[in-house]
Amino acid sequence: MAIDIQMPALSPTMEEGTLTKWLVKEGDEIRSGDILAEIETDKATMEVESIDEGVVGKILIEEGAQNVLVGTIILQLLEDGEGIEALSTPSAAPAVEASSPAPTPEAVAAPVIANTVVEMQVPAGTKMIETSVRDALRDAMAEEMRRDDRVFIMGEEVAQYQGAYKVTRELLQEFGEKRVIDTPITEHGFAGIGVGAAMGGLKPIVEFMTWNFAMQAIDHIINSAAKTLYMSGGQMRCPIVFRGPNGAASRVGAQHSHDYASWYANVPGLKVVAPYDAADAKGLLKAAIRDPNPVIFLEHEMMYGEIHDVPDIEDYIIPIGKALVRRTGTDVTIVSHSRMVGRALEAAVILEQEGISAEVIDLRTIRPLDIDTVLESVRKTNRLVCAEEGWGQSGIGAEISARVTESAFDYLDAPPARVFQKDVPLPYAGNLEALSLPNANDVVVAAKSVCYKD
Amino acid sequence: MTSKIIKTKKYKTSKEDLLHLYHQMLLIRRFEEKAGQLYGMGLIAGFCHLYIGQEAVVVGIRDAIIDGDQMITGYRDHGHMLACGMTARGVMAELTGRSGGYSRGKGGSMHMFSVEKQFFGGHGIVGAQVPLGAGLALANKYKDNGHVSVAFFGDGAANQGQVYEAFNMAKLWSLPALFVIENNQYAMGTSIQRASAQTELYKRGISFGIEGIQVDGMDVLAVREAAKKCAKHARDGKGPMIMEMMTYRYRGHSMSDPAKYRTRDEVNEVRDEQDPIDKVKNRLIAEGWADLDTLKAIDKEIKAVVNDSAEFAKTSPEPDPSELYTDVLLEVEA
Repeated sequence: MAIDIQMPALSPTMEEGTLTKWLVKEGDEIRSGDILAEIETDKATMEVESIDEGVVGKILIEEGAQNVLVGTIILQLLEDGEGIEALSTPSAAPAVEASSPAPTPEAVAAPVIANTVVEMQVPAGTKMIETSVRDALRDAMAEEMRRDDRVFIMGEEVAQYQGAYKVTRELLQEFGEKRVIDTPITEHGFAGIGVGAAMGGLKPIVEFMTWNFAMQAIDHIINSAAKTLYMSGGQMRCPIVFRGPNGAASRVGAQHSHDYASWYANVPGLKVVAPYDAADAKGLLKAAIRDPNPVIFLEHEMMYGEIHDVPDIEDYIIPIGKALVRRTGTDVTIVSHSRMVGRALEAAVILEQEGISAEVIDLRTIRPLDIDTVLESVRKTNRLVCAEEGWGQSGIGAEISARVTESAFDYLDAPPARVFQKDVPLPYAGNLEALSLPNANDVVVAAKSVCYKD
Repeated sequence: MTSKIIKTKKYKTSKEDLLHLYHQMLLIRRFEEKAGQLYGMGLIAGFCHLYIGQEAVVVGIRDAIIDGDQMITGYRDHGHMLACGMTARGVMAELTGRSGGYSRGKGGSMHMFSVEKQFFGGHGIVGAQVPLGAGLALANKYKDNGHVSVAFFGDGAANQGQVYEAFNMAKLWSLPALFVIENNQYAMGTSIQRASAQTELYKRGISFGIEGIQVDGMDVLAVREAAKKCAKHARDGKGPMIMEMMTYRYRGHSMSDPAKYRTRDEVNEVRDEQDPIDKVKNRLIAEGWADLDTLKAIDKEIKAVVNDSAEFAKTSPEPDPSELYTDVLLEVEA
């Protein structure tokens, strides 16, 4: 049997091309790798290389022929010792197998992400210990490092300096330099090394001095960490926590004040956590370290020094993916996360004085988003305000407003309102910075507007 | 010890040894030829980067390291997988996007992995595999398991900043890592002279104190001997090594390559005079270890394996639609 050489597809989109020139003639001996012809596509002229060896039996498509379909037999090659009689009349149909159409998203229900870390019940009478958010984060890491020797922390100034914001204070003393690793200032590189170590069976915590610097590393966070489980068909695990302060601090200018919640929330394959108080910081970070997936843990620099009660319970852990109703109310639902939860709680107090009962939801986790808790609340209050420190466009509030509108439109008595940072890079000047960032009063104004009481 | 080792040397080998290396290289060549053919038939889509011409590099390196050592590379990865012992069927079926592929059709040509064979991909972002490979080395050192990780990358990736971040930390922390630069002279269509201020890539570790050697990457025995020394260096706790493999790819960067940046004569000259498989073939015949009939039989046997993989890749079903939402996140253990 002669070998049929077909018109090749030289790009994923090529369907046909022009056979510009034959570089062989009938009777020529062909070696694997010889160029047979030149073809022209919509993009370029390319060479057709033979992968077979033999003698050119018959050229079926003339030089200069246009619109030659991919898969058309253009030449027949005679193998060792074959005569002209081996040539058969080629069938016209190209042997291209059609792929079945991709399933539409509607056809397949997205499974619910099971989360089997059981929520701790804090029994009445539990002793509370006043703890700063900073120390709560440190305690979470120390407890998990004691529990699992695969857990280690790496980042800039995490060891000898004791943490740029002192979050890793005394970890070096307890765990030594093998498990508390100072890195050079090289975010792209050490994020990649962290991901590689996770693939190699360890459980790294990678601290970014701030999330602003993680833009250098975002390729490894997304392309190497978030996508690998899927791309490997479930084989390659990447249990890693990326953590550090996120968003605006105070008077540090535009490059050091960026809120990345909506960036990472956009990416399947990641979990994104943004705690508010010290107890959540501890319980959620412990859950993040135990999680078998890559987790983005967004802290807030302005919260590090705040002191809250943390339950004195051994192994206090909070499941990722569950929002918390921090204050119950009946007139309006305020959805928030991280430091903005505090602003929302302040606003609720002011609103109460004005006769508006606000329910405040702390998302705690941005991805997976606990939309059920939000919907349940909106079905009760019929009004929604989303408050965040990041920018509005494509923000967390935009996402929640869309989902609530999709799923509880008939319950809404007013369009959802959003509170967010002004649409400018964060300015340095104190007065302009204050004008840019949302505060409790902005939340009050938004809540009154959806209650038509402004 | 940064040095250049390009010399014609008759490395020690035996009949069985050389036949094994010949078999491994020919398997990659025939597999890639078939992949190119299936691409032309529309059965393989998207990107497809063939390894033809560079076979001696990965075969020589794999033969120099031990089971349990990790390998990681970029997107020109089919040869690495076959050299690791991953099956032709599983690789080819991934190329066609079928459920029988290593990533069950979800990864494609650039994204395949095998935990069993310690192959860590298959990465599509140029240079990303270098810090990842250093991270695997960090895990080896942390676990004190005596293993070495090998990160392969091209002359193009050698200009990425993250490569030097990884070099710095690998040396600083004495990680058991081999950095293998497959210098095939072209980063896509840009020759190394047009892209690199310092074209002797084995010197790229000098600033970090990483020793580098340049090796004839078209000679599988030279590659293996050099890799054995470098792996021992890393395994002995002396830190990373850089190996620059002088090699050449015969085919285009990917399937849609207009090949306008080099002459046909240049390609033919390398293929005629330096082909890594022909070199081994000639020695096998010269030593009287194989005659043409034996070699033909090996070729036939390999062709059967490759054809079987192609048949499997055509007939393996596409992934079930229910697979769309699986493998995004792992469930949390109680």
